[in-house]
Formats: sequence, structure tokens, C-alpha cells
Amino acid sequence: MSLGEFLLVVVLALPAVGAAVVAVVRNDRAARVVGTAVAALTLLAALPLVAGRETGWFAYAPLPAAPASGAAVRPWHRVDLPWVPGLDLRFHLGVDGISWPLVVLTALLTLLCCGYTLWKVPDGGSGRALVALLLVVEVGILGTFLALDLVLFFVFFEVVLLPMYAVIAGWGGPDRRRAARKFALYTLFGSVLLLVGVFVVVAAAGTGDVVALTGGAGLSRGTQLAAFTLLAIAFAVKSPLWPLHSWLPDAHTQAPTVGSVILAGVLLKMGTYGLIRIAVGVAPEGARWAAPVLGVLAVAAILVGSLVCLAQTELKRLIAYSSVGHMGFVLLGVATLTATGLQAALIGNVAHGIITGLLFFLAGAVKDRAHTGDLADLGGLRETAPRLAGLLGFAAVASLGLPGLAGFWGEAFAVVAAVRVGGPLWLTLAALAAVGGALTAAYFLRLLRQVTHGRPSPAVEPLTPGVARAELAAWAPLVLLALAVGLAPTLVLGVAEAPVEALVEVLR
Amino acid sequence: MSVVQSVDNVALLPAYLAAGTAVLVLLADLLVARTRVTVAAAALGATATVVGAVLVGAAEERRTFCVGPDCSYVFGGRAALVAVVVALLTLGVLGLSGPLLRAGTTPAGEYCFLLAASMTGGVVLGAAGDLITLIVALETLTLPLYVLVGLRRGSLASVEAAVTFFVVSVVATTLTLLGAALLYAATGALHLGRLGALFAERPELLDLPLTTAAVALIVLGLAFKVAAVPFHAWAPATYDGAPLPVAAYLSTASKLGGVVALLAVVQHALPAGVTGPVLALLAVLTMTVGNLVALRQRRTVRLLAWSSVAQAGYILAPLGALALAAGRADDARAAAYAAAVAYAVFFVVLELGAFAAVVALRPAGADGGTLDDLRGAARRRPAVAVALALALVGLAGLPPGLAGLFAKVTVVRSLLDGGAAWLALVVAVNAVIGLAYYLRVAALLWSAAPAPAVPAADGPAPNDHVPGGPGSAGPALAIRAWPVAAVLVAATVAALVIGVAPQLVLDLAAR
Repeated sequence: MSLGEFLLVVVLALPAVGAAVVAVVRNDRAARVVGTAVAALTLLAALPLVAGRETGWFAYAPLPAAPASGAAVRPWHRVDLPWVPGLDLRFHLGVDGISWPLVVLTALLTLLCCGYTLWKVPDGGSGRALVALLLVVEVGILGTFLALDLVLFFVFFEVVLLPMYAVIAGWGGPDRRRAARKFALYTLFGSVLLLVGVFVVVAAAGTGDVVALTGGAGLSRGTQLAAFTLLAIAFAVKSPLWPLHSWLPDAHTQAPTVGSVILAGVLLKMGTYGLIRIAVGVAPEGARWAAPVLGVLAVAAILVGSLVCLAQTELKRLIAYSSVGHMGFVLLGVATLTATGLQAALIGNVAHGIITGLLFFLAGAVKDRAHTGDLADLGGLRETAPRLAGLLGFAAVASLGLPGLAGFWGEAFAVVAAVRVGGPLWLTLAALAAVGGALTAAYFLRLLRQVTHGRPSPAVEPLTPGVARAELAAWAPLVLLALAVGLAPTLVLGVAEAPVEALVEVLR
Repeated sequence: MSVVQSVDNVALLPAYLAAGTAVLVLLADLLVARTRVTVAAAALGATATVVGAVLVGAAEERRTFCVGPDCSYVFGGRAALVAVVVALLTLGVLGLSGPLLRAGTTPAGEYCFLLAASMTGGVVLGAAGDLITLIVALETLTLPLYVLVGLRRGSLASVEAAVTFFVVSVVATTLTLLGAALLYAATGALHLGRLGALFAERPELLDLPLTTAAVALIVLGLAFKVAAVPFHAWAPATYDGAPLPVAAYLSTASKLGGVVALLAVVQHALPAGVTGPVLALLAVLTMTVGNLVALRQRRTVRLLAWSSVAQAGYILAPLGALALAAGRADDARAAAYAAAVAYAVFFVVLELGAFAAVVALRPAGADGGTLDDLRGAARRRPAVAVALALALVGLAGLPPGLAGLFAKVTVVRSLLDGGAAWLALVVAVNAVIGLAYYLRVAALLWSAAPAPAVPAADGPAPNDHVPGGPGSAGPALAIRAWPVAAVLVAATVAALVIGVAPQLVLDLAAR
């Protein structure tokens, strides 16, 4: 077993074992320390996975000659073991340029969230249980990103559901039970469609191997259309795509800070990643057939998301709805089915994970201090807590897509990709998406005006300027990454270029 | 034809052992008359039955009571699986009965004897090769249950439940028998294999109205036994009135018996083209109605009963694929039968776990109580609550209850292999409805305990003998009820093992 294969297994095994250890350690504080250490080790194991790639960071050069197999998915490392032959389920993991940035993002955000619980455990339950659940969620998300077997992908997709439900229901806000139940039922609805979609493919192709299936090898047009419809709806619920998004605002608003960060930062990415890797990859003909519908829905999500945001009166809810718009851009990129669009989707994914993670951390900090999230009651934050206000401003500006920060690339190039596809439909979509981008700027600036500017409101008055060291430690990596990805998008695009080219190759 | 049949006693060994258990229990009760010894004798016999069934089942298929090529008793892989599962379930239910028997309201000798007799029916059932053996075995399985359901002294609900169960079940058996008789009149055959061959050779037999009526009567009669909608109304009342361990037995071993009987006639005897559409309809109705009604239940055992009605729908679903031509190809048929058996095995393990946890959470000898009695259980008994949550989540078909997840996957897969995508979608949507109530119960376990201000003046439920209600079921009970704890641990471990290695079950089910 090579080092890469070993690391692949370790990345999954560490948080799984860690969760079990955290659950049995009696001392609450010690358990949280153990959990954080495990999350840190997982991140350390995830980083070197990149060592096996074919091209360098800055090589925009032509691809190396495709391997003789011509497979559209060329994982850097893979582990392929039989698990349940009777169900065509293999323990088949692999990592490539599409999944690696998301794997690292997941490991990083989990580490930051576990570290954050060292400092502050939200009300509702023991910190020990919260950290254990976060680690289980991490196992599920990482497994989803690493799985190269359709059935395994489905299994990991499901693993996330109940631990996340428990995080929301156990540690969330006043209306947490309803929000958690809504989250669980909506996403399970998506998952069961995924189950049926996966087995439509497996029954037709006789295998669940994503590497072999990418490109729609041997699937009839009817099968591909049916499979893509089922899979796309499944992933659209998770992403979420308008009009299947209504679980998201409740879940994000009611979840504790760490829950919101994981939810927005990486959980939504399971949907977009699945759409790219599974739905588009396995049923390209279905993807071409449904692309206009997907594009229209994506643009609708952008517009609806930003218009709803303009009318929001609650801080966390506004950020939650902004996710609907941002994921709309990502889905627009996917819907173009071009290399530019897919690249935009991938970097948009990562950027949204970084920035929205940061935004939710900050929103949580504001709410914890001011004891209200109502925009009308917040105001003048920069007078009493200038550092917090400054960071919030930075995150908001990054999120609205200022060039030079991470949010810019995904949104700009999603629009560019739509323009490049051409034709009246896509040009209209591109124009509307651009309008949506402007609306995004409008609501974030409105947010900043209401929260940071003006005279301090009674709720903000007693705030102290200090920011705890633990908070800084949790936020700093995200701030730096937002800058780094914004200035050097090749951090993501460099590794993703080759696999995206290979995927587009089979789409033609 | 020789007049004297040669009897293969090795094939019959598991049945001998099971019947021997019943006799042993009777003798033990008569000669020693101590609860502990009687239960130990029953447990010993059940264990011996498991061992015997494993040993005989591991070898080649054995047939006996043969007339020409047709045999009335065929002990092969599936028969061994059924015998082992039924005997293990009996063992489990014996463990769960510990507190009930110790409470003294139930006569231990009769209780154990009836359970052993019922087990005998289950062991023979899997091996039945003709309709009469099948029906007699199924009736041997059910008959003792009429008494067991009503065995709780001084409980009106228990008697009502027994009468409901008795009347419905007898009607169902009569229907099945009438069907068998009509089928004999139409075809002159009773052996399952012979019937299947006859229908394949002479398709014109299917056009006879008599045959149609016979097939319908048999399938509907057996549908009563598995509590498929619209023949399900007896189940919730019966489960809720029965003592908890008996309810556990009803929803696991007894349900498994019905499924095995239905499978036997559908697989070997009756033409798939006729039974397929009926079963597809039954499956859709059963899971949908079961899940929807379960949403509104306020009593624990009623909720579990309705959920097990819904689960019966999932078990029947793969057979519904037989309605389509693509589902009648040999491969798809074999996959559908295997999927139904596999689902049934996954289900009984999880269901036993759920009942064991409920027994552990309730005072000795009490009934299931309302859902509110479970509120906050995780604070009092965290381990038991975790086990119950795991079983419920497994029944909902989600990780970490991987056993349930793979059960659903098996069913969906077999349906899509058989081309019945619409039925797969129905199963999928039902899984979402199911989660709604399983999640509600699981969440209750962790929610804040009810306000203690509730006045006790209304009097506790008639069966709550322990003063102070469930709150006092503290660690002391955990020590006294070690058999319950053992069953709970065993069921949970089994669920985890088959969750990680579902191939074990799939291999056994496909034999």
C-alpha cells in the first residue's frame, strides 16, 4: 500500500475513530481537546494527498497525454476493496483535482469548528457530544468527496444526515426542532431519489464504478435521462437549488454557529460536487438535455436569493439566503457544461465555503455578544467593536465578489461561461445573473450599513472591542484563504484543470 | 409406489429439537415447578434447535416424506435460515420475558411451553413442501399466540387483543385452506413444486375461474398473517394489548412466518403473472397506509405496530416486481425472493432491538405505555436510549443504522433490476414519511423530561405497578433484568455486524 492509499484511508478512519474516542472520554474538556487534535491530524493527512498529481500549480500548459485507458476520471491515489458484492458496493476511494480542494476545505472547517468549541460550547448539550457529532459529519462529507463508487457515495451521503440533524436539534436556537426536522426530511427526500438514481445506473450498467461509468459508457439515452433527472433533483435539494431550498434558511438560522459553518461551508458542496462528479459525469447526455432547465433554475435562484436577502431583517437568515444566490452561480457554471463553467463552479464552491464559513462565525459572534440577530436592533457595530465590524465588512465584501477576493472568480466566470455558450437563452441568463451579482452587492452593502454604520443601538452599546484569541484563531485561516484564493485562484484551478478538461472531453 | 415411506430423521432433527423443547418445558414445569428452571429449559431447547438447524442446514438439501419427486418436507438453505432465525427470536423473546415472568402475573410454565410450541411451527414452516404442511405449520406458529396474547392476568386490553387476533387469524386460515382446497380441485396437486410445474405446463389451467379464486384466497389469507393493508386492522390492537415480549414475538417471528409462507407459495406454486400485480398493490398500500397512520400514533407499541405494518410493505415490495415481464426473468425473480428474505432478516433484528429497548425502559410487566413515557429516557438510561435510537434509525433506513440502510438498498436494487422503477420510487418516498415518526420518537428520548408537576391523582396506567412510574426504573432494574440487557446487547451487536457486513445476510437469503 503506497503512502497515498494509506493517507486516503487515514483521512476517513481518523475522524471515525476520533468520534468514538471522544464519545467515550468522560471528561468534557479533555474530549474536546482530543476531538480538535483528531481534526488537526485529519487536515494534516488530507494536505499531502496532492503530492500525486500530474500537473503543477502553475501549469496552464496542455495536458499530459491521456492515459491509454482514456478514463475521464484519473484519481491521484485510489483504494479499491470489495465490501458488499451482492449490492455492487465496493470500498472505492480516490482523490483528484475536483475533490481535493473540497476535502481540504472540509478538514479545515471541521478543525476550526472543533477548535471553536474548545472556547465556547453552545447551549443545549455537552461539548463532548457536539465534537463527536462534528467528527461523524466530517467522515460523511469526506467520504462523499472521496467515493469513486456510486453506492458508496450514496452511503456516505446518508451518513451526514442524522448527525447534522442532531447538531441542529441539540444545540440550535429556539425553533431548532422544527428546523432540524425540516432539514432531515428534505434532505432525506433528496437522498432517496439519489438511491433510486444510483440503482437506475447500476442496474443498467452492472457496475457502480464511477471511473468506468464517467462519460455515460454504454447507458442508453432513456436511462441517462431518467438517471440525470433523479440525480439532479437529489443534488438540487442538497445544494440547494431554487425552488427546493426552503429547508436551508431555517436550518442555517437555527443551527449553532459551528453547525451553520459546516452546513454552509461544506455540506452544501456535497450537492454541487455530486452534480459535477456523479450526475454530469455518469449521464452526460441527460446533462446536455437538462442544461437549459438547470441554467434557468440557477439564475432564478440567484435572483430570488438576492431579492429575498434585500428584504431580510435577521442577520443569520440573510447570510443563509445569500447561500441560495451563491449556489445559484455555482449551478449556472455547471449548467453551461463547459470547462470555464465547471472551473467557475469549483472555485465558486470553495470560495463560498471559505467566505460563508467566515460570515457565519462572525454572525454567531455578533449574536452572542448583542443577544439579538435582528438587523433593526443592530447598528453602529464599528463604534463599539471595530475589529468585529472590520472583519464583517471584509467577509461581506468578499462575498459580494470584489475582484481580488475569493468570491470574485466563481461568479464572474460563471457569467463569462454562460456568455461563451452563446445563443439568446444563455445570453439572457448571463445578463440576469450579472444583475443578480449587482443585487448581491446591494444587499451586502445594506447589511453593512445597518450593522456597522450609524450610532450604536442599545443592543450594541455595551459591546467591548476585544476579540477572544480563540475566535481569532478560528477566523484568521479563513480570512487568509479568502485573500489567497482571491489573489492566486490557481490554488484551486491549478489542480482542478486537468480533471475538468478530462470531464469536458467526454461531455462533447 | 412403496407403501412404507422412508423417513429422513436427520432432516427432521431441527423440528424434533423444537418439539422436544416444548415437551422438556412441560416436564420441567411439572417436576421442578420453578420459573428459573422452566425458562432455562426453554432457552436450552431453543439453543439446541439453533445448533441443530445450523448443522443440518450446512450440509446438502435434505428431502423427506416424498411421493415420487414431490416432497412435503424440504430442509434446504432457506429452511435452515428460517429455523435459525425463529429459534433465535424465541430465545430473545424468552430473555425479554424475564421481568414479566418474575412479576408473577403470568404463569411461566404455560408461557414457555406455548412459546416453544410456536417455535416448532416456525421451524417446520420453512421446510414445508406442500400447502397442507405449510398451513398446519403456520397455524402451529400462530395458535399458541392466541393464548399468549391473552395471558396477562387481569388485563382487559389483553383479552380483547386475544379475541381480535383469534377471530381474524382463524378467518384468514380458513380462507387459505379454502384456497388450497379449490386449488386441489382445479389441479389435483398440493405440492408446491408440482403446482408450479403444472401451471407452467398447462397455462390453460390459469383461465379457470376456480384457479383464480383459489390463488386469490391463498394470497389474501396469507396477507392477513403478515398484516398487509387492507388486512392489517388486527395488528395494532393486538400488539398493544399483548404483553410486551409477546408483541415483540408477534412482530418478528410471527411476521417472518407469514412472509415465509407467502414467499413459498409465490415462489414455487402460484404463477407470478397472477400474483405479481396483487402483491405490488398490497405492497404499495401496506407501506403507505402503515407509515401515514404511524405518524399519528401516541402509544409506543401502536407506533411500532404500525411501523411494522409499513415494514411488511417493504418486504412485499420486491415481490411486486413480478408484476412486470422484466421482473419475471429468472435472475430478477431470484433476486426479488432473496431481497424479500434479506429485508425480513434485517427487519426482525432491528425490530427485536427496538422492542428489547422498550422493555428495558419500561417497568417490569408493564405495557408499552405512551410515547411521553419515553421522554427524556436518554438522561436516565443513556445506553438503552442509544440502542433504541439505533434500532429506530435502522428501521428508518439511515446510517448509523447501516443494517436498515442496506435493507432498503437491497429492496430498491431488486426492484430496479426487475424494471419496477415506479415501485422503487414509492419505497423511496415512504422511507421519507417513515423517518418523520422514527425521528420523533428518537428525538423524544433526548428531550427534556416532563414537568414533575403532573398530579398522580388521576392514577397511573393500570399496568404501571411500580410506584413513581418509569422514572424509578433506575439502575436497580438494569441489574435485575440482565436477560433483557443481554438480548438488547445481542440484537444491537447483530444489527451492527450485519450493518457492516450485509453480505452475510444476502448470501444466506440467496441460498
